[in-house]
Amino acid sequence: MLNLDLANQLKAKFGDLISEPAEFRGEITVKLADAELIAEVCGFAKNKLGFEYLVDISSLDNYGEDPRWTMVYELRNLSTNAELRIKTDVGEEKSELPSVLGVWATANWHEREVYDMMGIRFRGHPDLRRILMWEGYPYFPLRKDFPLAGKPTNVPEVAFTEITPMEGGPFVTLPSSGDAISREPRVRTPEE
Amino acid sequence: MQTQSEIGYNSKIEGDVVITRIDAALAWFQKNSVWPMPMGLACCGIELMAVGASRFDISRFGSEVMRFSPRQSDCMIVAGTVTYKMAGFVKRIYDQMPSPKWVIAMGACASTGGMYRSYAVLQGVDKIIPVDVYVSGCPPRPEAVLDALMKIQEQIGKEPILGKLNLVAKLTGSSKS
Repeated sequence: MLNLDLANQLKAKFGDLISEPAEFRGEITVKLADAELIAEVCGFAKNKLGFEYLVDISSLDNYGEDPRWTMVYELRNLSTNAELRIKTDVGEEKSELPSVLGVWATANWHEREVYDMMGIRFRGHPDLRRILMWEGYPYFPLRKDFPLAGKPTNVPEVAFTEITPMEGGPFVTLPSSGDAISREPRVRTPEE
Repeated sequence: MQTQSEIGYNSKIEGDVVITRIDAALAWFQKNSVWPMPMGLACCGIELMAVGASRFDISRFGSEVMRFSPRQSDCMIVAGTVTYKMAGFVKRIYDQMPSPKWVIAMGACASTGGMYRSYAVLQGVDKIIPVDVYVSGCPPRPEAVLDALMKIQEQIGKEPILGKLNLVAKLTGSSKS
């Protein structure tokens, strides 16, 4: 109930910009209509609602749909254990939204990771470099249109990557409630 | 009062003279003092610690001194997943080790990339440095690493060290030896 109350307080403050809180297995998710306001919304959630801890920032690639990116912010209050998830959509041609670094300092590395893997940029981030892949790597490997085996990369002195041999794979597990045999990873084409 | 003591060498049992070839003696010194460079990159690194600890005790084979400086080590044990980001540093550390040097690829990831068929992982450390012994397993048992070290020692025992030195002297044109 506490989670829902807090989500409703957020909605009361920002009105139509915040969607109706959606509940799934006890977790509350709200959607912010305008990604440009993410820093204000997060600032309110931290200072007025007590979400002093940013658990994670992640991003989704809705490949083939518009808008392509969905940003996900996981918030928590460490003393009451209240949790809230804020989602917001970002279009592909823009691929940019404000940084929440001014609200939580920990957003620094989370945003660098999102930038590294998805190529979404954060306005106002002081040090938006790659964090997992090496400097000079030209692709964003967690995008849906990037092959799992990778692409050959030729950056002198830094990288010499080739396409990985898949040896018959990739071996994919399907979510199901069947027995262990049907849940085993098998060679599957993406259409299956 | 004076007591008789024999220091280090029992002439009654062993005789007064040991006859060997200098190559064999040098190889014997070298193979029993292989100092590893622990390149612990992933979970194999944990198993490598077990190899160094008391139960498996790699020091029985003369390799107790894990050297974290490449300048003081003879054998690089690549233990774990080599990502492309790390690959350059592995190569650089290998280059900094003085010759002669050996490499053990410990575990599936270091040998072939293991289960990581992905854009981020080097598919076998032998793509960047020469590997002498591959150890299978994920991670390998500590005994397997000890076995790999014994194989390295066997290899060192066969190497004509003096002959190599002569060759180097001939190639570089220095007059000694």
